[in-house]
Amino acid sequence: MTAFPHRHLLGTEGLSVADLLTIMDLGERFLEINDRTIKKVPTLRGKTVVNLFLEPSTRTRTSFEIAAKRLSADAINISGSGSSTVKGETLMDTAKNVDAMSPDVVVLRHAQAGAAAMLAGRIRAGVVNAGDGAHEHPTQALLDCSTIRAHKGRIDGLTVAICGDIRHSRVARSNIWALRALGAEVRVAGPRTLLAPGLAEMGAVVHDRIEPALEGADVVMMLRIQKERMGTSLFPNTREYSRYFGLNARRLGLAKKDAIVMHPGPINRGVELDPAIADGPRAVILDQVARGVAIRMAVLYLLAGGETADG
Amino acid sequence: MTPPRSPPPDSDLRERRELLDEPGLARTLRRLALEIVERVPQADRPLYLIGIRTGGAYLAQRLVELVASVGEGEPRPLLGAVDISLYRDDVFSGLPKPEIGPTELPEPVDGKTIVLVDDVLFTGRTVRAAMDVLADYGRPRSVMLAALVDRGRRELPIQPDFVGVTVQTTATESVRVMLKERGERDRVVLRERQAGAAP
Repeated sequence: MTAFPHRHLLGTEGLSVADLLTIMDLGERFLEINDRTIKKVPTLRGKTVVNLFLEPSTRTRTSFEIAAKRLSADAINISGSGSSTVKGETLMDTAKNVDAMSPDVVVLRHAQAGAAAMLAGRIRAGVVNAGDGAHEHPTQALLDCSTIRAHKGRIDGLTVAICGDIRHSRVARSNIWALRALGAEVRVAGPRTLLAPGLAEMGAVVHDRIEPALEGADVVMMLRIQKERMGTSLFPNTREYSRYFGLNARRLGLAKKDAIVMHPGPINRGVELDPAIADGPRAVILDQVARGVAIRMAVLYLLAGGETADG
Repeated sequence: MTPPRSPPPDSDLRERRELLDEPGLARTLRRLALEIVERVPQADRPLYLIGIRTGGAYLAQRLVELVASVGEGEPRPLLGAVDISLYRDDVFSGLPKPEIGPTELPEPVDGKTIVLVDDVLFTGRTVRAAMDVLADYGRPRSVMLAALVDRGRRELPIQPDFVGVTVQTTATESVRVMLKERGERDRVVLRERQAGAAP
């Protein structure tokens, strides 16, 4: 039996508790490498990881790149601007061309939901979904779960409030699947225009005000409000959003006294998160970033290694 | 290319001979500790004993106590442990499940005299990997090797500086070190794969 019975990581939906724990446990082992003077182990020497980022992203791409390099894999970055996609090449053609150069893992960020699933199985390389539209962003959820477990000692039985633009958030969706599987109660809160159908069916408790979601929560996860959506019919302006849905000291007081505050970044200071909280003792935002590298190392290790083990 | 080896399941192995019993193991470790104290120049102190997980790490722990007690005025050696899972040359083909333990080197290895401790010295690949781990942490002054059992059949040019027991083995035999730290009675046995079991 292999430790991780999948060739791709497309989402947290459908991952078993054992799968989630395998990645989280392995990620925690890899954390130590990031504190060494020489931050590199030879494990994936000779393996190639292509970061195919067809939607702007700095932190996730950097995180995957560092993860690959710390395991001694060769990491190649292809971004949307400056690639052949601007010349009109389809995703499938781009992927097949990349695959012809025999990478072991392709990490895909794409604006279209389902893009990673489309590539999986159609190319030889293992596929990691690094964000597909509003669908899933599994490594973010895994690093969030790892952070929660490290600070709270467990996930089972905790109450997690996810607040903000739930509708456009792949982070929220991946976290709901993972946290529910691991036994947490998940509440989501946002303006009605930024909620999505199907959240209750995924196992989340839905609120259209932030206060009841925060009441007694162990973990508060704030989502980024995408400025590009401001002024549309979804919500009027940032001041109004901040007044009703921003996390400030008074609202945080509704959560448990030892509640932690998380954010997938980048933060809009003063919009969804009061700067005093973002820089305060309850925020674990930079720990999330540090764990992100370790979790991605674990995912690359399991996918790049799995093929050889099976074959 | 020779395929990497994974240890045969316990059920396929029959015990053939006891190499060390409980007092014998204790005696052997005490002798190893004495040899280390005597043969490593006094200038190279404190000693840094680093065990290779998992068996070697337990033995290194015991050797630290023994060295501190057998040597008159001997400073207590430093203790560390390395995990070689990520440095194996068969990392993806040898083990079905990655069991990665922590590497714990509480003191920097730079400039230190290090004694690597392994339970069974066999092909030398484990020791090769352990030396790579050390190199990633710094530049020791020198590295020596202590093994409780040397069962021969080396595949790399590696030789121990301190050996407890030397035993000639065949390809179908294996050596098992049982330790009380793992909830077993201290002993070392030579086992052989049963006829008819898959190679």
